[in-house]
Formats: sequence, C-alpha cells, structure tokens
Amino acid sequence: MNDRSDPGTVRAARRLKADTVTLAHGGGGKAMRDLVEDVFTSVFEPADMEDQARLADAAMREEGARLAFTTDSFVVDPVEFPGGDIGKIAVCGTVNDLAVGGAKPLWLSAAFIIEEGVEVALLRRIAASMRAAADEAGVRIVTGDTKVVGRGSADKLFVTTSGVGVIPAGRDLAARNVRPGDVAIVNGVLGDHGAAILAVRGDMALTVEIESDCQPLNALMEAVIAAAPSVRCARDATRGGLASALNEIADAAGVGIEIEETTLPLRAEVKGVCEILGLDPLYLANEGTLVLFVPPEEAEAALAAMRATPAGRDAVTIGKAVDKHPRTVVMQTLFGGGRIVDMLVGEQLPRIC
Amino acid sequence: MKYADEFRDPVAARGLLAKIEQVTSEIGATAEKPVHIMEICGGHTHAIFRYGLDKLTPPGIEFIHGPGCPVCVLPMSRVDESVEIAEQPGVIFCTFGDAMRVPGTKKSLLQAKADGCDIRMVYSPLDALELARRNPDREVVFFGLGFETTTPSTAFTIQQAAADGLMNFSIFCNHITVPPPIKALLDDPYMTLDGFVGPGHVSMVIGIRPYDFIARDYNKPIVVAGFEPLDLLQSVLMVLEQIRDGRAEVENQYSRVVPDEGNPASIAACDDVYETRERFEWRGLGEIDTSGLKIRDKYAAFDAERKFGIGYGAASRFVKEPEGCRCGDVMTGRIKPPQCPKFGAECLPETPLGALMVSSEGACAAYYQYGGSRLEAAE
Repeated sequence: MNDRSDPGTVRAARRLKADTVTLAHGGGGKAMRDLVEDVFTSVFEPADMEDQARLADAAMREEGARLAFTTDSFVVDPVEFPGGDIGKIAVCGTVNDLAVGGAKPLWLSAAFIIEEGVEVALLRRIAASMRAAADEAGVRIVTGDTKVVGRGSADKLFVTTSGVGVIPAGRDLAARNVRPGDVAIVNGVLGDHGAAILAVRGDMALTVEIESDCQPLNALMEAVIAAAPSVRCARDATRGGLASALNEIADAAGVGIEIEETTLPLRAEVKGVCEILGLDPLYLANEGTLVLFVPPEEAEAALAAMRATPAGRDAVTIGKAVDKHPRTVVMQTLFGGGRIVDMLVGEQLPRIC
Repeated sequence: MKYADEFRDPVAARGLLAKIEQVTSEIGATAEKPVHIMEICGGHTHAIFRYGLDKLTPPGIEFIHGPGCPVCVLPMSRVDESVEIAEQPGVIFCTFGDAMRVPGTKKSLLQAKADGCDIRMVYSPLDALELARRNPDREVVFFGLGFETTTPSTAFTIQQAAADGLMNFSIFCNHITVPPPIKALLDDPYMTLDGFVGPGHVSMVIGIRPYDFIARDYNKPIVVAGFEPLDLLQSVLMVLEQIRDGRAEVENQYSRVVPDEGNPASIAACDDVYETRERFEWRGLGEIDTSGLKIRDKYAAFDAERKFGIGYGAASRFVKEPEGCRCGDVMTGRIKPPQCPKFGAECLPETPLGALMVSSEGACAAYYQYGGSRLEAAE
C-alpha cells in the first residue's frame, strides 16, 4: 500500500465546492473526478488509482488457504441512525459475512448510487464512517464506483460493498457441520438494529433511545476459533433475525434446534418496542450479532473467549442442536410450553439494511 | 419489563393452571367430552399459541377460535374494491400494513402497489388525514377496517376532516362490530359452545353491557380478558368456575383497562359518524345482520363508497371462497385448522388461500406459525 499519510494537503487544490450532488457529478468529467477524489478516495486511501485494485497478501500464499468472496447491497432508510449509518453497515455487513465463514477479511470494494440533490456533507460523513469501520475491522477499501441518478430514481444513497478474505488452511465453518448436542451461543443482545431503525423513522412516534448494534465481528470470530478450534459454524443474524439464522442452520445440518425463551438476551427497550408494535424480537434485524455452534466440550472456552472481546461482552448460551424434530427450531416458552420458531414470512419491516 | 413481566410470571401461571385442572375435573370434562371455550378475539388466539397455553391447559378444555381477526374476515370483494379505488388516477390509498397482503380475486394491495398504484402504509387514520392536508390536489382515501377497537379513531378522523373542510379526504368504511357474529354463532345449531373469553380492547370502547344477551338469552358465561398469559389463564378459570357453579354472567377480568360502561367519548363519536348496515359480509361466515357500519349522510362527503360509486351489496360482487377452503368450518368450531386438507399444503402464510391464514391473528396462521400439529408431527 502507498503511504498517503497526509492526503488533505494533496487534495486541497481539488476540493469539491458544491454543497449538493447534481447529475454533473456523475457525468464522467471534472465534477465527477472531484467528487470521487475529494469525498471518497482521499478518505479511503486505496493503494493506487488504477481502475482495478492489485492485491497481494502473505495469507493468500499459504498452502491450503482459500479465497472467500462476498457481496451485499445496502438501502437502509434513514441513511443515518443511532449507532451507525449506511456506510458503517455496508462495511460491517460485508466484513461479517466473511468472518462468520471463517475468513480473515482483507479488502473491500464500495459502489455508491447517489440520488441527485444529496448533500455533499452527508457523503463526507458516510465516507468517514466507512473508513473508521474499515480501520476497526482491519480491512482496506481498495476500489469503488459512483453513479448519480435523477431525483426519485434512488432514495438518497444506496451502497454496495464486496469483500475478499482468506480462509486459512484447515478451517471449515459450515452449517452442515452442526451435530446434535452442539451448543448455540449468541454474542450479545438481540434486535437492537431493527428496533433502532424503527424508532428513528418516527412513524410510530416512539421515543426510545436504542442504538444499532452495527459492529465488525471478525476479531471476535478469530478469538473464538483460537479458543474453540472445533467451532462448527457461525451465522450473523441480519435480516430475518435470529429465527432465520437458526432455521437456515437446522435445515442445512438436518438437525433440530432447541432454544430457551428465558435465556434470550434482550434490552428492556427492545422488548417494549416489540410489545407495543406486536413484533417478535426473534425476527428483528441485527448488524453486529451472530449465533454460533460449538461442541459441548468447547462451549465454555468459546464463551470465555467471546466475553473477552468488545463485541462479545454479553455472550450467552441460548440452546442446543438436538436429534428430535429435524430441520425445526423449537422454543421452550416461559411456562415450559414448546412452540415452533419458523422462518419469517414476508417482511417484518422494509429497508432495514 | 415493567407492567408486562408481572403478567407472565411462571410461578403464578402454574398456580392458575393447577386450579384450572381442578375445576375442569370437577366439571367432569375430559379429552373425549371437553368443554368448548371460544376466544372471540384474534389477539387472544395469537397469545394462546405464542405462549403454548393450548398445550398447558388440561385436555378437557378445547379452545374454539372465534371470528375476531378483522383482516381475516374482510371479504375478497371489498379487497377488489379497495384495489379499484387505488387504481383511480390521483388517488393516494392509505391502509394499515396488515391489510396489504390480503388476497383479492385479482390481486392484493401489495401487488397493486407494485403495479404502480400510490398505496401508503400508515399507522393511524390521522396520518392519512395529514397526507390529505399536504396533497390538496390528490384524493386521499383511508381503508377503514377493524372492530370497535379502531372504529372510534376513524370516526374522530372524519369529524376532524369535516371541521377542517378537507374535501380531498375520504374513508372506505369496512368497520364491523363484535356482538352480531357472536349471536350468529350462538344461533348456529351445530355450535356447542360452553363459554366465551371476551375481547379486551373492543370492550375498552363498548364496555361489557353489549354482551348481556349472551348470559341472559343464551345462558352462556363470558369473561372479558386481557392479553397477557396470566390474564388468559385467569379468564379461562373464571369461565370454568361459572360452568361448574351453573352460572351464566358477564364478568370483567380486564378491569384494569376495561370500564364496565366503556368509553363514552368514543361511543358518542361513533354514534355521530356511523349508522348500522342492514347486513355485511364476513369472509368465511357469509352475511351477518347488522354487523357492519356505514358513514351517515351528514358525512357523505367523506364516504369513499359514495365518492367512487361503490355501494355495498351488489349481487355480482359476492365472491366464492377458493375451492376446498374450510375457513368457515374452522371459525364455527367444526374442524381444527390441520383437519382442513389445504392447511400447510396449498394454504401457507406466504400464499394464503383462506381468510384464517392471512393475518398472524388468524387461527390457521397462529396454528401454523407456532406449531400445533406440526410440532407433534416433527417429534
């Protein structure tokens, strides 16, 4: 990587003067160059300014290592919310997709579809937030693209990130590996992201202060894998919430999963929002919460390792895989009655990420 | 969580369940010869399954799931008409979110939105009124539906629109009332109901006196209930005690929310705005006398039926239920959801065939979502 320790002075001469984005900023000319360089590349500091990133990393050259590659689009409304913004979840979301598969995330691309009329100041805040999230996760944003579309053709800003990482030799995290008896652990409270977005949209006139849980989980995953090398699989519980993640795992592994309602970690505020609106927190979206399965003999070690990381302080065991009711998730309710926890039907909330 | 956890205390629940068990055996009810208790309200149906109360109560109690899910009983012809209104040029059609997926004969509102209609999800009729205020060149229509729980807020909104002279605002009124279908069910010779768990939020508005006929004329007990697990268990116990003692009374378990006389301001607003329709169609149940509300002549300017020339009751409007759908039999207690051959096969929450699979408060959807027979089959 090039050292661009002082990009501000380099770029000062080309500083973008406009307050809002116009179609001219997508036209391929000077205005676009100014937007891209001043707002994005000076912040992300990619290695060079070719159209493609040319990448090398020692981890790729290790015998048996595999490349991991993922992509995700983000359309969250509003673009800024308590605890994060569309840029932060675009970075964290893609980092987490790689991390839960056992990969060490290395490089990201970022593509922006910008609606004409968006304030440049907003774009600067989003870019700074992406850089901060990338730094926290230890990844680089190495290439990207911007397009500007007419008013009404997009809503403010859509972001697509793709990510490349390396899975070290010998690692095989996959849902199909889960066996009856394996213990299910989550790293923290459920539903904060979904509840935060709902509250901030103002449709419900809710005055609760809930922050999105949006955070990178790759450091936590490395800590777990080091402490519990037989960890079977992990899933980040994004859209569709914990319920959907557990159902996918039960399906892929052909096992049943049992969870205990009393163990589910929920903030009082999130429970309150769900009560008022009739939502089930098991289906609320998360952006920094995962569920993983480990063999019972490594469960304590995994829990301890998670709790030692900032993203895993509230880690807790919520249930286990069983050989009963294959491909079905069952929750023991407060009173001991059992009920099926199914996949989400339709959408609980639109444009949550 | 304060004021909710107290009503979900497992120790208190076990205490109530022990008493329910005892009274059930005193009555002599068994799995072969159970007492039939109908919970009228869809919110209660949902809570019974969500907390697994049907599994925890003794086999001598059978819950019959009533017609109290307003989205479920909305006739398909009215969905078609709502789509027709939404398709008119210049219309902004506003609806509660749970009505979006209800299938009409051609399409749902969700599909109509995808096809280009301007359909907005709102959380209150006042949100729709605000849209009318901000869009004076558009006709804003609110899809008024629901029982007495939502009826007053629609009435207040019409009064407000009239006071503000917002002539580009109207209501497509599909409001219905709870007591008439109960009467219809009690008149059904096949029904063998021993008692009712009465709706909580509806009663908050109308009070408990409109249920007097159930005790007086039909000699059945009814207990108005709250929505938390302990509310429901206590209400079931109260119904059972009435049966054991040979009483038939209207009792109020939910007195922390429901005043016996209801909410006079809401009742007055509804009297001002609505009059009773001679009859109204309920999906799965057919037409029921005096069960629907329409907008009075004095508010005709805010009545979408008149504005768009849609009158209730044109014979050509009536729509047959899909072939083989047995929602009516479920709602009248003749069969349980899994006994319907379409349940869980062609009729699923994502592709509902019948009314009761449409909303999460419908008996079939609750049954499907939370297990019931699927859990037993899986184990």
